[in-house]
Amino acid sequence: GSLGAHPPSPLSLPPTVTSEQIEHLHRRFKQLSRDQLTIRKENFDSIPDLEFNPIRGKIIHAFFDKRRNLRQESDGLADEINFEDFLTIMSYFRPIEMNMDEEQLDRFRKEKLKFLFHMYDSDHDGKITLQEYRNVVEELLSGNPHLEKESVRSIADGAMMEAASICVGQMGPDQVYEGITFEDFLKMWQGIDIETKMHVRFLNMETIAHCY
Amino acid sequence: IPSVSNIVPESCLLIVVGLLVGGLIKGVGQKPPMLNSDIFFLFLLPPIILDAGYFLPLRQFTENLGTILIFAVVGTLWNAFFLGGLMYAVCQLGGPGLNHISLLANLLFGSIISAVDPVAVLAVFEEIHINELLHILVFGESLLNDAVTVVLYHLFEEFANFEQVTIVDIILGFLSFFVVSLGGVFVGVIYGLIAAFTSRFTSHIRVIEPLFVFLYSYMAYLSAELFHLSGIMALIASGVVMRPYVEANISHKSHTTIKYFLKMWSSVSETLIFIFLGVSTVAGHHYWNWTFVISTLLFCLIARVLGVLVLTWFINKFRIVKLTPKDQFIIAYGGLRGAIAFSLCYLLDYKHFGMRDMFLTAIITVIFFTVFVQGMTIRPLVDLLAVKKKQDTKRSINEEIHTQFLDHLLTGIEDICGHYGHHHWKDKLNRFNKKYVKKCLIAGERSKEPQLIAFYHKMEMKQAIELVESGGIGKIPSAVSTVSIQNINPKTLPVKRILPALSKDKEEEIRKILRNNLQKTRQRLRSYNRHTLVADPYEEAWNQMLLRRQKARQLEQKMNNYLTVPAHKLDSPTMSRARIGSDPLAYEPKADSENLPVITIDLASPQSPESVDLINEEPKGCGGLPPSPEEDEEGLVMQAKEPSSPGTDDVFTPGTSDSPSNQRMMRCLSDPGPRPEPEEGEPFIPKGQ
Repeated sequence: GSLGAHPPSPLSLPPTVTSEQIEHLHRRFKQLSRDQLTIRKENFDSIPDLEFNPIRGKIIHAFFDKRRNLRQESDGLADEINFEDFLTIMSYFRPIEMNMDEEQLDRFRKEKLKFLFHMYDSDHDGKITLQEYRNVVEELLSGNPHLEKESVRSIADGAMMEAASICVGQMGPDQVYEGITFEDFLKMWQGIDIETKMHVRFLNMETIAHCY
Repeated sequence: IPSVSNIVPESCLLIVVGLLVGGLIKGVGQKPPMLNSDIFFLFLLPPIILDAGYFLPLRQFTENLGTILIFAVVGTLWNAFFLGGLMYAVCQLGGPGLNHISLLANLLFGSIISAVDPVAVLAVFEEIHINELLHILVFGESLLNDAVTVVLYHLFEEFANFEQVTIVDIILGFLSFFVVSLGGVFVGVIYGLIAAFTSRFTSHIRVIEPLFVFLYSYMAYLSAELFHLSGIMALIASGVVMRPYVEANISHKSHTTIKYFLKMWSSVSETLIFIFLGVSTVAGHHYWNWTFVISTLLFCLIARVLGVLVLTWFINKFRIVKLTPKDQFIIAYGGLRGAIAFSLCYLLDYKHFGMRDMFLTAIITVIFFTVFVQGMTIRPLVDLLAVKKKQDTKRSINEEIHTQFLDHLLTGIEDICGHYGHHHWKDKLNRFNKKYVKKCLIAGERSKEPQLIAFYHKMEMKQAIELVESGGIGKIPSAVSTVSIQNINPKTLPVKRILPALSKDKEEEIRKILRNNLQKTRQRLRSYNRHTLVADPYEEAWNQMLLRRQKARQLEQKMNNYLTVPAHKLDSPTMSRARIGSDPLAYEPKADSENLPVITIDLASPQSPESVDLINEEPKGCGGLPPSPEEDEEGLVMQAKEPSSPGTDDVFTPGTSDSPSNQRMMRCLSDPGPRPEPEEGEPFIPKGQ
């Protein structure tokens, strides 16, 4: 659905994103899109603080991922997204609610982790391979220009081996660990409360930063 | 059958010991010593606070800072005034014995006793292992309420001398709170930065590195106390500020020294404090007034419970992770009072506060009650209520990667939303830190080392030490999995010597050298080791020799493994494990590949006969490394170094070769820290981690 002067009614969205927050986000959307109806990748360049973010590429990519994040039928990357899509992505970051039961909590958690998983798994084959993991670590450390490639590599290797030992346990010398599947990913995140960590407080959004 | 230590917390036992000792001294006819407030505040309290502040889990602390501050400031104020006011009412109604106690005196009393005591909290909470959130909430509160206590105490003490208290005085008092707390923090930060800056230049004098940490922190405390600022907050601030930079600069041994000294001092302090409390109880002049004491106790508890309930209701509006009633109960129940209250009361001047003895009695009663009753019952209550306990999760590299990734992701989302939130500011602070502060305060290359790398090195070293310490007995610790690099990346080429030059007899030569060195160590052992001189020389030495021989055999086996199996390049897990004995923290990712760092582990140390010296011969020397497709890896060879004669202090023995990296390594080794080097059992097993 496209929008005119006002944002769409939150039919498809979870009820926790209040209409006030939608107003805020809509204003922000208009800022980013320069009053157009859609946002393209280039519009994200106008956010100054995003420059410093090492995983900038992955974040922007996540906004345009059609099948996984935008819940559309087709595959690949969208060229532009409208406000509804924007909200869909934002809804992944909504905070936890007190009145959620076990099942809802579990689904909530899985949703967020799935979003993360797609960011790691760049070729979307359902597995995070060693190369993809190396890629992630490289990007994380990309802010340090004079780092040796070898250190980055060994960190990723070490992490992968640890993941393998968590998920599979003891491995014989001939077994090969293909990659981290989503179930393994869930196991790795067991200790960390993703549902409380992965959220952005939409509470007070009076100050909306400007983009140039 | 539960032993005494399971039921009774250590603090209680210590107080009982103090009571016994005091009673004994009194029984003999001597006057038992009282807990001198000067000694308490100047010598006994700082080590505990420094220990707490230096090892404060910063992440949880900052995440809950708002909650902690509200509990500390508002909670303590509420306690003080509620208690003071009610006690005044009681005094008025309490008959002739209590009538003369003024409102101010009561308020002063309230402010002294309302503060949750960090020493008591630490003593009790250490043993019950509750989850980190509750621990940091109660503990953080006990630390930060010092500012409030200091302000209120001085305020009321002064006011008690005034004829009249005007509004201006009250407002000034209110302002002084900010001065005291922020001033204390400011002083702490200054000293912390100075300490960090000093540690940047200590690479030549590793021996006194720990001294700077202690010295500057103590000076921060004294400076703050000098100006009636909050010394505790200064101490905490300095510990928190200096820690990341100091840890990046100092050697591993210094780090261990600092850790152990702090733990030792704080342990001793804590013990002494509780014992003295017991002795002082026996020694002090008491004035027991039933009404006063009982009502104090009652109102303390009521005030605490009410305060926690109301504040939690307010705080939960802003928290993501709400505090459940169970949490609230533990927080309320964990409000223990301790020696600080006692000492503050003891400081009161008899002239102005004639009822000091009564106050003292009441305070001691409350302390005893909280420490004994609450301290003893909190553990079964925690079990009963099934409060979440502390999870023994080892920090893994995966977790670190994920946490950083998530941090960046959330910062990015906040930027996209245009919302200047939590993550945004944290990110800005980190960037500022990286760009400016780290450059000033961290020596050399480490200033540019990103957190992930530093963390990784630290973990590797820890694992390596673990491995070696247990590997010396030939046992593989269960923590190390058998997943190796082959399991995840089958494409890494199997062994193929780069250069066929490493022949069988070269291997044999290496082995012979190793064996010889081990023998030499053994011989030296007999003459150097004090213990073998005193004990039956033959039997001791014989046992030792057998042990060494067994270890030598194991080492040989592992050498075999190494020499026929690929070793990895320097930065890989295997090599970093081999860097034991050298200083991994001072390792610089060096630019030129010709000078592979030297790993020198001193053979003269009697406790580690397996120490092996590895000095890089030449790049074209013996290989044994896999030809990684892209890079041209250089070999790392073993070559025995002439062990220095027994008894030489390593400080003055320069390295045999004069390559800069060798010298650096020697410098690190020149730190004559606690002697037992971790046994170099298996430096070359190409384990996965």
